[in-house]
Amino acid sequence: MLRYALKRLLSLILSLAVASVVIFAVIEIAPGDPASFMLGVNAQADTLAALRAELGLDVSKALRYFNWVSGMLVGDFGTSYTYRTPVSQMIADRLWVSLPLALYALTLSTLIAFPAGIYAAARRGKPGDLAVMGATQLGVAVPNFWFAMMLVLIFAINLRWFNAGGFSGWDKGIWTGLHSLTLPAIALALPQAAILARVMRSALLDILGEDFMRTARAKGLNPRQALWRHGVRNALIPVLTIIGLQFSFLLAGSIIIEQVFYLPGLGRLVFQAISARDLIVVESVVMLLVFAVITVNFLVDLAYAAVDPRLRGRT
Amino acid sequence: MSRNLILGACLSSLVLLAALVSFVWTPYNYATLNIPDKLQPPNAMHWFGTDHFGRDIFSMIMVGARTSIAVALVAVGIGMALGVPLGLAAAARKGSWSDELIMRGNDLVFAFPSLVIAILITAVFGAGAVNAIIAIGIFNIPVFARITRGAALSLWEREFILAARVAGKGAARISAEHILPNVANLLIVQGTIQFSLGILAEAGLSYVGLGAQPPTPSWGRMLADAQTMVSFAPHLALIPGFAIIVTVLGLNLLGDGLRDWLDPRIRVARA
Repeated sequence: MLRYALKRLLSLILSLAVASVVIFAVIEIAPGDPASFMLGVNAQADTLAALRAELGLDVSKALRYFNWVSGMLVGDFGTSYTYRTPVSQMIADRLWVSLPLALYALTLSTLIAFPAGIYAAARRGKPGDLAVMGATQLGVAVPNFWFAMMLVLIFAINLRWFNAGGFSGWDKGIWTGLHSLTLPAIALALPQAAILARVMRSALLDILGEDFMRTARAKGLNPRQALWRHGVRNALIPVLTIIGLQFSFLLAGSIIIEQVFYLPGLGRLVFQAISARDLIVVESVVMLLVFAVITVNFLVDLAYAAVDPRLRGRT
Repeated sequence: MSRNLILGACLSSLVLLAALVSFVWTPYNYATLNIPDKLQPPNAMHWFGTDHFGRDIFSMIMVGARTSIAVALVAVGIGMALGVPLGLAAAARKGSWSDELIMRGNDLVFAFPSLVIAILITAVFGAGAVNAIIAIGIFNIPVFARITRGAALSLWEREFILAARVAGKGAARISAEHILPNVANLLIVQGTIQFSLGILAEAGLSYVGLGAQPPTPSWGRMLADAQTMVSFAPHLALIPGFAIIVTVLGLNLLGDGLRDWLDPRIRVARA
């Protein structure tokens, strides 16, 4: 297990290194010089040079890449070109919205998908199964930001149960904070729940045909007991992978959903940075998102290997 | 043929038809502003109503279908054109360093969700439909590479491939003449699924302003415009949303139906 973990860790570090080179290289193609963009066209040459030195732009590309990466390793993401504040601080503030939102949505999606998938699998081919499958087919087709707008229309504008947008902050208590993230989380969770329910159902259906399920029935468990004790536990492996993959989709998806609800998260930060050509912020947020995706997949792989020793041999 | 296949084909053809007809005819010019008639709900003159500039929404939906289909289709094309040869090459040299390189490269691209690729591209080159195509297309490459490699690997074990090798054919020729035709069905099904994901991705990108730019109508853009008016003109948000749902649902059903229809094992099992 340890050897497998080390091997995967090595490949994780390699992936992160290559990803950082790619992101840095793409941002480097961007035309224009951040310093002259900040100071305008009439800036004097010596002011420009001073600012370039301050931003660390006056050294070679390789050295700048090295500074960027080594800074990130100790939590220093550089200084925003437009706000002149540390990028790490800006990202940390926004993460307090985006990360809870993604986790909230992941929880909701799992809470909806598990019962729905198990229910459908237990009633294969019956009206209940067809209804769940029809609903998931629709759930996959609905764009989450459109669903978010419909939620606002119904629950915020007409019923007034929630605010149409904005974030109350966490200082007014965790429940107030969660309340303002509820509609966004539902909108984010719905399409993912539909996918997860389908995976849960098909994983369970595969398991139900296995010999050990027949054995479980033969030794006297009723179908419900067999399903819960042996079926659901074994179906969790494919379901876990999808949950791992979904986390990254949720984090990226929250970027769009934040626009619907005017939430001050990573999405707002990155779009403001794009329009202000604050490329260092874009670069760092993108790196952070890619880091999250790669790391979550790494953790899922490890969790797998811990659960199922057969997978350790494969890479 | 299954119900899925028929329903999916009908819905998809409906959208395709709307897009094609929009080249020669739309009820009104989609770009003509008509402020006195603004924000009308659906009625006999304007079947889907008008927007805040008095533009006819039915016409905008028809032209928007064009944008969605074009972006998603080209993105699938990019994914297939690059992903399939990579997958074939990886499978032909299973376990070699080139296989390893291709698969690790795939993993790397998988770590960039299409939205993140779009953010990077837009930050550097600015927003536009072409950049949306590139972003979604890049995301599609590893999808096709992986599925092609997986299917091709099992084919390489088969006896008819051995026969082709005995006949003196090289790996490239076997891949093109024997492997590719045998994975084609799988690619068509996956292509349909990626097409529908592409429609959703395009809508999301243009909603946040990273896709097609005005005055080119796009469904995501129409939803972004509708957002502030949803309380007094809900049709502005409902109609483009329904358009997206019908298209994506149609393509997904078509994909499911095609998979069942093209896979002889499932057909036999059903009969």
